[in-house]
Amino acid sequence: MSILKPDFIKPVAIGAVIFAALAFLPSLVDSYYMSLAISVVSFAVLATAWSMFSGPTRYISLATVVFFGIGAYTVAVLGEVLPFPMVLICAGLAGTVIALLVGFSTLRLAGVYFVIFTFGLTELVRQVVSWYEVNVTREMGRYVFLDITQNDIYWQLLALFAVLLLTGFILGRSRLGFALRIIGEDETVAKHCGIDVTRVKVALFVLSALFMTLTGAIMAPRWTYIDPVIAFNPMLSFQVVIMALLGGPRRLLGPLLGVIPLTLLFEVLTANFPNHFSILLGCVFMVIVYLLPGGVVGLYEKYRAPKKRALATDQNAKSGGNAA
Amino acid sequence: MLSYAIFSGITLGGMYALVAMGLTLQYGVSRIMNLAYGELVIVASFIAFVFMTALGINPILGLLIIIPASFVLNWVIYRILLTPLVARAKNRGMLEVDSILATFGLLFIVQGVLLVWFGGNYYSYDFLNNAVNVFGATIAANRLVALGFALVIGLGFYLILTRTRIGTALRAVAVDPTSARLVAIDVNFASCFAFALGGAMAAVGGVLVSMFLTFSTSMGVVFTMKALIVVIMGGVGNILGALIAGLILGVAESLVATYVDPGLTIAVTYVIFLLVLLIKPSGLFGRATS
Repeated sequence: MSILKPDFIKPVAIGAVIFAALAFLPSLVDSYYMSLAISVVSFAVLATAWSMFSGPTRYISLATVVFFGIGAYTVAVLGEVLPFPMVLICAGLAGTVIALLVGFSTLRLAGVYFVIFTFGLTELVRQVVSWYEVNVTREMGRYVFLDITQNDIYWQLLALFAVLLLTGFILGRSRLGFALRIIGEDETVAKHCGIDVTRVKVALFVLSALFMTLTGAIMAPRWTYIDPVIAFNPMLSFQVVIMALLGGPRRLLGPLLGVIPLTLLFEVLTANFPNHFSILLGCVFMVIVYLLPGGVVGLYEKYRAPKKRALATDQNAKSGGNAA
Repeated sequence: MLSYAIFSGITLGGMYALVAMGLTLQYGVSRIMNLAYGELVIVASFIAFVFMTALGINPILGLLIIIPASFVLNWVIYRILLTPLVARAKNRGMLEVDSILATFGLLFIVQGVLLVWFGGNYYSYDFLNNAVNVFGATIAANRLVALGFALVIGLGFYLILTRTRIGTALRAVAVDPTSARLVAIDVNFASCFAFALGGAMAAVGGVLVSMFLTFSTSMGVVFTMKALIVVIMGGVGNILGALIAGLILGVAESLVATYVDPGLTIAVTYVIFLLVLLIKPSGLFGRATS
């Protein structure tokens, strides 16, 4: 790992300046734009965290909201018992444990098992939490009254995003990140290079889940009322996947390019077509899958290096043809 | 009580098996991981509901319309939505990822349309709701009818796959699409046919389920999930495996719902899934996969 080299210091310094500038946003805009900014930053964390694992490995996780919801629920349960930093730590631990369980039971198998498992996981967690609340605690729905303002939430999310980007940046130049890219290209090759494939995948999955959980925990005070249906809404997982795919999940800053336009689009859609939101979202998603398979980043790369790409497709045409 | 629990488990399991047979065909032969599969089941349930309540057509007659309609619909879905993905995929893994994403989008579109039309409430209708006595257990006649139809259709489906020319072609494609070409099987046609047939099975499952269960617009995900678990448990592409796995899942769920708590059925599903993943991910009767 090459810390303290100019090619490391320069981007980090630029990033630090940008984030420091963004921290002054609350003094510039009113509360409507602040709430929009919170949506953007929270989706930015979720989509970047999602891409950190799913981008290089191509294992599509459909369970973002499971971790997000666990974070939010931990705050709802413990928020008034413990000081907030302690609550965040507890949420992080809970998310890590669940991610380890999911990771170790599915990630040693082919990717499709992981997708299926995460696909139903939201439903499972929601029903189990509901069951537990109804039968054991007898408290369906909880109130979150914490002394945390909108600006606090914004700053916390911004800090979390900065940490996430730094982590991703360091990861990209570390042995672990390199191992992950090899796994994404060809798992068999990775095994033959002596990479412990399962451990690398689980480690990254847990890391990405940790950031999702913390986002949920930080966002929880924004709702005053939380129940399992609100906390574990599958729509959120779907939105995160769309954003990451639109931006391009294989670059660190790629998802951000999807987050900003889509958060604004969702804002317009929920305001104008609340009943048709899911249909429109599905259509947007289809358009991205069919027309922009590599995301905005992929499009940029395609036009930046047309020669290289033409060569590659040529080779594919020669070797391919029996893909079905 | 026990005989009732087991019988309702078998009925439920029969439905899961039927629905899973369709999915195993779509995934095993067409190589499409269809996350919108359960939505098709629910759409059929709602169509049966509309037929029964608004038009007075009973669900059994409704099947005569719904089966061909869903076959054609799925044919069109494959031709329009999935063929471009098949064409651009360089290998099986890429097709899997692309089809997961495309059908994930489809899921939200279908669910959104259902929500606009029917809202989030639970629906059910009265059809053959009189009690029948079987082996000392009192059972609603509609369950018996549903089970009977599941058996007949499942068996017919099995015979098509094992005894006819097209069925053999489908199984050949499931084993190896590249070699299937060498013996003059039109792989694209077979994939499309398998996808459409699988979709028709989903519709049959939806109609039969709607005769005795309440259903809502958001239940599709659960059906997809259970069908996927049954497919994996039985071994991908294995019809008899799906039958047995479906029955196991149905009976386990029914026993837990009767003796422990109805709120925990999905947890049972997941425990079974976890056990399969930990012990034998290739399925009860599956061959070892690479």
